[in-house]
Amino acid sequence: MTTSTVPAWGRYGRLLAQRLLQAALVALLVGTLCFFMTRMLPGDMAYRIAAGRYGYDMVTSAAADAVRLELGLDRPWLAALGDWWGRLLRLDLGVSQVTAQPVAREIAWQLGPTLRLSLLAMTFSLLIGPTLGVLAGLKPGGLLDRATLAVSTVLRALPSFLLGLVLVLVFSVKLGVLPAAGHDDHGSIMLPALTLALGMAAVSCRVARDAMVQVRGSAYFAFALTKGLNLRQALLRHGLRNVAAPVVAYLGVQLVYLVEGVVLVETIFAWPGIGHALVHAIFGRDVPMIQGTALVLGLMFVLFNALVDAACAFIDPRRRA
Amino acid sequence: MTTMHSLSSDDFLDLASARRRPNRAQLAGILLLVVIALFALFGPWLVDIDPARQQLERFLEAPSLAHPLGFDQLGRSMLARLAHGTQLSLALALVSVLSAALPGTLLGLLAAWRGGWFERVLAAIADAVLALPGLLLVLLLAAFAPGGFWPLYVGISLALWVEYFRVVRAASRILLASPHVEAARLLGFGPVHIVRRHLLPELLPRLFTLMRFGFAGAVLAMSALGFVGVGLQPPTPELGVMMIEMLPYYGEAPWLVGAPVLLLFLTLLGLLLLSPERDA
Repeated sequence: MTTSTVPAWGRYGRLLAQRLLQAALVALLVGTLCFFMTRMLPGDMAYRIAAGRYGYDMVTSAAADAVRLELGLDRPWLAALGDWWGRLLRLDLGVSQVTAQPVAREIAWQLGPTLRLSLLAMTFSLLIGPTLGVLAGLKPGGLLDRATLAVSTVLRALPSFLLGLVLVLVFSVKLGVLPAAGHDDHGSIMLPALTLALGMAAVSCRVARDAMVQVRGSAYFAFALTKGLNLRQALLRHGLRNVAAPVVAYLGVQLVYLVEGVVLVETIFAWPGIGHALVHAIFGRDVPMIQGTALVLGLMFVLFNALVDAACAFIDPRRRA
Repeated sequence: MTTMHSLSSDDFLDLASARRRPNRAQLAGILLLVVIALFALFGPWLVDIDPARQQLERFLEAPSLAHPLGFDQLGRSMLARLAHGTQLSLALALVSVLSAALPGTLLGLLAAWRGGWFERVLAAIADAVLALPGLLLVLLLAAFAPGGFWPLYVGISLALWVEYFRVVRAASRILLASPHVEAARLLGFGPVHIVRRHLLPELLPRLFTLMRFGFAGAVLAMSALGFVGVGLQPPTPELGVMMIEMLPYYGEAPWLVGAPVLLLFLTLLGLLLLSPERDA
């Protein structure tokens, strides 16, 4: 190995550094956009923040002036932008202008549901997509192959919010087996998770299928069969790891779909997560909440990406170099 | 699965097959898109009913020969609204894709040509934009002026240009270092000739793929935001807005919500079928 001079942690370290840089870029981008958002909202910012802090009926011009002085709202915008970044760096996300609660506390409430939903969706998608893909790839051109191709094409052309609607119509309205929305009911996570999972499975199924076809045509797989392993053994010992590599690598691309989907799917299913909160913060023009939720969603995206990196390196030793 | 940034290297592997005659799936895709494009272009003119005109006594009227999609809950002609909505979606998608593709391609070419700090600064900006999923960026910009057309347009173009920049830059760097380009340079041909004769023919199929994805992403982003209520606002005849407006009447008049859903689905399906992918 020509890379043996680099210690193992160095390679992971570089990957980690890349992701940390990405996290910093997310914070910079979201923070700057939200700073200009506050500047461009109509009305006097000091009054608005004072109203958020003390309640709308408690706002006096003295309170507004105190806020103005404290936050330096009368200072030039470049200095104010510096302050804004400074607060973000100290993880001070401010106070929601709608609920008057610290943004961090609101988000701590919402993070759990969002993580549970995304992880369940990813698990479902990995159970459905690659399994069907491997089975389809064992017999290219067969019935299952053609059927999964047709279904996957339809699912890929169906946006997540419409897929969610279709699932609600089938499972809640027609069959009445799963709740259509909400959070408390038993099983209410199923439909939003399935919505996201099916959208992702539609793609990972085809990726796994193509990888399986390639594995079947490979020399090492032919050798495994020739030396006397049956199909099942050859698949378990030699096939699956090679199918898993592209599927997991493709997961990185699918994370975009997952995070975007979380925003839409949480909103239509009234799932009390961060995506739902982001859309509602936009309704309410609650800039601190917009910033906090967009930031956490962006960081979640970076974190999942880092996990996919690690999984790729774990599955495929060639990628560790 | 359609997203704002959903490209993989797979989408570029079929350059050879792209030059072959279109297969059946591609023909179906072309046919779908031509019909939808014609509907968007001439529909509003052919239907010739104001999409905002209310005839309250006709609310939820069932489809008839004169009004093939009937009337919505406020007695507005559904066909007229669908035609205007389609025109709006396709126009926004086309304009944002073009405003992303032109600067993206030019900057990609320049970055590959110039190299140095110019390339590094642009690459850093591109990384910053890609650090966030595209729809989040569009949402953040939409928050500047909820309900406005401009933030949507700016947001979508801003999210999309990066793809062109990265693909063009990566491909051009390889092409610029290749022997035939070097030969052309040594023969004294200028940059315009080299770009036109040697780079563009190689880049065009990839640009076409990007535009297909970008177009789908733009149509999707607009309707998704309209659907959850942070995009364009009623009474604008926009596909996503129409879906969420008609959803409560699903029981009595399923065609009202069905029409914009089907149109969006067929548009995305048409774009998907265009791909030179194996057998899709």
